[in-house]
Amino acid sequence: MTNRKGVTPHEAAKVADGSMLYLDGVTVSFDGFKALNSLSMIIKPGEMRAIIGPNGAGKTTMMDVITGKTRPDLGDVLFDGGVDLTKHDEAAIASMGIGRKFQKPTVFESHSVYDNLILALKQNRTARATLFAMTGKADEDRINELLELTRLTAQRDLLAANLSHGQKQWLEIGMLLAQDPRLLLVDEPAAGMTDAETAETAVLLKEIAKSHSVVVVEHDMDFVRDLDVRVTVLHEGSVLAEGTLDQVSSNDRVIEVYLGR
Amino acid sequence: MAKAETMTEANTTPRYSSWVLSALTDRTSVSVLGAIGALAIACVLLNQLPESSAFHVPTYMISLFGKYLCYAVLALSVDLVWGYCGILSLGHGAFFALGGYAMGMYLMRQIGDRGVYGHPILPDFMVFLNWEELPWYWYGFDFFPFAMLMVVVAPGALAFVFGWFAFRSRVTGVYLSIITQAMTYALMLAFFQNDMGFGGNNGLTDFKDLMGFDLRSDGVRNWLFLSSAATLAIGYILCRLVTTSRMGKVLIAIRDAESRARFLGYRVEYYKLFVFTLSAMLAGVAGALYVPQVGIINPGEFAPLISIEIVIWVALGGRGYLYGAIVGALVVNIAKSYFTVAFPEIWLFFLGGLFVLVTLFMPRGIVGLVGETIGSAYGSMKGSARRRAEAMGGADD
Amino acid sequence: MSVAALISSLRTGLVTALAALVLAICVTGTAGAQDAASEDALKAALPKLTERSFDVKGQAIKDISTSGDPRALDLLLAIQEGDLYYRKSDDLIVYAADAESGYDIKDALTGEDLGNVGKRKVKKISINNQLRSILKGAIGSLELMSPNPDQRVAAARAMLSNPTADAMPILLTALEKETDPAVRDMLDLAKAALEASIGSVEDRLAAVEIMAGSMNPDVWAILGRLAAKSDGSGSEDETTVGKAAQQALNEIEGQKQVFALVETVYFGLSLGAVLLLAAVGLAITFGVMGVINMAHGEMLMIGAYVTFVVQQLMPNHIEYSLFVAIPAAFVVTGLIGIGLERSVIRVLYGRPLETLLATFGISLFLQQTVRSVFSPLNQPVTTPEWMSGFYEVNGALSLTYNRLYIILFCLIVFAALLLLLRKTPLGLQMRAVTQNRAMASSMGIRTGWVDAMTFGLGSGVAGIGGVALSQLTNVGPNLGQAYIIDSFMVVVFGGVGNLWGTFVGAMSLGVANKFLEPFTGAVVAKIIVLVLIILFIQRRPRGLFALKGRSVEG
Repeated sequence: MTNRKGVTPHEAAKVADGSMLYLDGVTVSFDGFKALNSLSMIIKPGEMRAIIGPNGAGKTTMMDVITGKTRPDLGDVLFDGGVDLTKHDEAAIASMGIGRKFQKPTVFESHSVYDNLILALKQNRTARATLFAMTGKADEDRINELLELTRLTAQRDLLAANLSHGQKQWLEIGMLLAQDPRLLLVDEPAAGMTDAETAETAVLLKEIAKSHSVVVVEHDMDFVRDLDVRVTVLHEGSVLAEGTLDQVSSNDRVIEVYLGR
Repeated sequence: MAKAETMTEANTTPRYSSWVLSALTDRTSVSVLGAIGALAIACVLLNQLPESSAFHVPTYMISLFGKYLCYAVLALSVDLVWGYCGILSLGHGAFFALGGYAMGMYLMRQIGDRGVYGHPILPDFMVFLNWEELPWYWYGFDFFPFAMLMVVVAPGALAFVFGWFAFRSRVTGVYLSIITQAMTYALMLAFFQNDMGFGGNNGLTDFKDLMGFDLRSDGVRNWLFLSSAATLAIGYILCRLVTTSRMGKVLIAIRDAESRARFLGYRVEYYKLFVFTLSAMLAGVAGALYVPQVGIINPGEFAPLISIEIVIWVALGGRGYLYGAIVGALVVNIAKSYFTVAFPEIWLFFLGGLFVLVTLFMPRGIVGLVGETIGSAYGSMKGSARRRAEAMGGADD
Repeated sequence: MSVAALISSLRTGLVTALAALVLAICVTGTAGAQDAASEDALKAALPKLTERSFDVKGQAIKDISTSGDPRALDLLLAIQEGDLYYRKSDDLIVYAADAESGYDIKDALTGEDLGNVGKRKVKKISINNQLRSILKGAIGSLELMSPNPDQRVAAARAMLSNPTADAMPILLTALEKETDPAVRDMLDLAKAALEASIGSVEDRLAAVEIMAGSMNPDVWAILGRLAAKSDGSGSEDETTVGKAAQQALNEIEGQKQVFALVETVYFGLSLGAVLLLAAVGLAITFGVMGVINMAHGEMLMIGAYVTFVVQQLMPNHIEYSLFVAIPAAFVVTGLIGIGLERSVIRVLYGRPLETLLATFGISLFLQQTVRSVFSPLNQPVTTPEWMSGFYEVNGALSLTYNRLYIILFCLIVFAALLLLLRKTPLGLQMRAVTQNRAMASSMGIRTGWVDAMTFGLGSGVAGIGGVALSQLTNVGPNLGQAYIIDSFMVVVFGGVGNLWGTFVGAMSLGVANKFLEPFTGAVVAKIIVLVLIILFIQRRPRGLFALKGRSVEG
């Protein structure tokens, strides 16, 4: 399989050397509509990147492609410098160390906060292993740590369905951390949060970014400013601009399609 | 991957005994197992009383109860896949019937040359169809252990193959329900064919012996009843072990948010495949115990109506509660026995009404309703039961 | 005028007019003198019938048939039927009909009523096998001159099936006069059939040539007889002709296979039409609305029962009953559907598995209601006359009218539904609601009302399907159950939410079923198709014509 430039995955892997995530010429179309149009992007290990763009710019589709939910029509998606993600399904990609937080918080509502974290905990995910899995001391410690970090210690045994919206967002971030992924994809973590919660979330993400690669999709400009990281602007399925928030917000085309309105 | 495994081993203090023990000894399990045991022993003892006694339970009643217990096992198997994993199978009657046919084939071979035509090997219906020799798939069924193996292998294999295709291609929700229904319908049509070699329309019947003992004797009837009770108890423990393990948590996670479970790295299809196959095997065992107690197995057991009826037992009893499934199976079938004799006209009205009322007004079933009433004493339980039911209600698409 | 008469008169009107014209040309100018001569010939022949000798009687029959008198055919038919007698007292030839005692007799020539006579006063003009064959030929030749072209074709066909050498002159005469192309074709074939067994080798080969390609089973029989000699068992000539006949037969066999294929496709399409009629309502309720209605089969069943009730109400106008039943069934099942939607289904939107169970309960309820109101037994539904019978294309292919009408009806219903969804305000609102409920609602569309109407429409269409089904299967309380799984298979196979998908799905399943049937038998074909669909759905869970995109995956 070659991409549109005729570069084989093997050659692409050389270019991708040393990157955490490498997208090149990724195109996805639904019935003629191009959700992603030759999207290219490189995330380096340990980098935190914010992705902004108007509705329909392809942010969620990009996440779908990286996590294996959607297969691209064209292009390379390489992880960790060489693993072709288009050849793996969601579960395999998650096991490789790519964690995803959804736009709408999705936690297991009929499980307690504790059980949600147990399920997310890095462990052997095969059916046989989970049938006989026992929770050991180290697991307990790790969960308590995460409960502390996400401020859910008091809600430990509460059903996730009974959490507030913000608490669910945090639980989901906690679950993301429990997986101990190498790359975190975080979709609108601040949606529906109060200003105070938003600020706290930014602090939490920056903390996380110290030891992980993170891609954050966000609408909230203040939040992106708080993160203070490199920003990529998506528009109609491809990259419009890239740089610091100040750089992109002074870009004429960006102003035209997104900020200027 | 390797790193993850060593990590798990390092921090895990194996306490399998506590897992098994809690499945056996927590309050619900003790009540359920106690109730099954008490009922079984009481019935068998009362059967020993002289017939003149007011407390005498006649043997036909024992077999009737035995039939109910088989249905309870069947309901348990449906609850395992539907209540815990969200797979609404409308084809579990097929697994039940396959187990029943495996047992029926053994019982046919037991007849030997005592059939109407007196053929030493061929069952009557084959002689009637002028068959020369036993079809290859009947080989071995005269050997009890082999037949018992087939009781679980036949439905298990069907479930495995069917599930392998269905779950891998992510057929879910009503689509899965419809194709499971089509599966049992196709099997029904097939088993109605004389050429299939399973007795066509009439199925397998006129059984004589089980392991050399006369099927009609009180002793064998009592033993079959006790075996059904034991199977129900074992089946309950098995399901309890699965649902209280971490796998049980994964199953519920799949039921409530399948794609989220995938993004956590769980291979949803394998979990579904495991639980679907296990459930089919359990249904097969139920069918195998059912056949000698009712004395016949025919293609009617594959009818889509039967499979969907099982679902309503579970729904009425309370899905997602193992004992709910048992309660539902018993209540509906006792009602059915009563209505079909007393008011045969009304039975389908009753059953139809049950479907509508349960789905509209009792999403948690009897167990949920009772639990809520009693649970008001234990404040938090009530809330959790409601949340649980609501979560279930919304997670089915 | 009844519907049947209307249709048949359309079919035969033109032909009748043509025949009248031909008759007029034939008869004009030849009347007068010839009539007298032919009557004399007839009168001379009749007495011979009373003779004992079969040879004399045979001559008499031939004389009657060649007399040219218009009464000849009736006389010969009466001999054939054993209705012709002679009075012992005066040897007068009479027609006799059984009466309470003895016979009522009529003069065979004048038709004068001669009253009742005792059994011993008259004697039947007896015939043997040899005479019977002579009679058949004679009658055939007379019928060839009949003014009715249909009768002439039938006569020519009779000669074809039983070629006798002495029929040749009659055939030639008939061919000279004949102007109707259909009759001529048949006469040519009959002539060829005769020549094939009596002429010179060249004549016979030419005759075989004419017969080659015919789709008439009698011709195949003749060719078959000739071909039997192709192995050299007969004379050299016979072998030559036999080989030619064999070759002609092979060609015909090839054509027959083509026609058999056409017939299978026709059967398949008609089964597909039935499936489509059964499933198209579901394509709306399940496909468009996403409501999984297990009581859909019962809507079909009720539609069929409406047909039954309508026929009970108008027993003297069965011809029209279907035209009353179709709107009646639509209204009845549509109203039931609206009632269901408002009372049960509305509560369960977004909970498909619960909807499945609740509607299944409703299906049991409806079944038992029908069982209680009518009976558990099947009800007799009459097929109007104009739907029975078949159109014979040729000896290898005939199309039954009921299948033809079902296909037509299904196309009409489908087209009407497409129009309704595409061109009417209701259709527009339906599509709006199913695509974006919130947006539709905020634009002032009463979504609840649209839901009820859509469900009512789906149920009503199912009712119409039931009317069609009542013409094909037993109408009983279990009718619906037999079709519900098939209907779901069609909709899911075609691709949910796509009416054209349902159309293609139904037709391809119907045809596939009919192609499998000869090899496997009907039930196994059905099983195979079911298994194939199950496998197919697992390959393409969204069906043949799946909508693609992010929204449907969610």
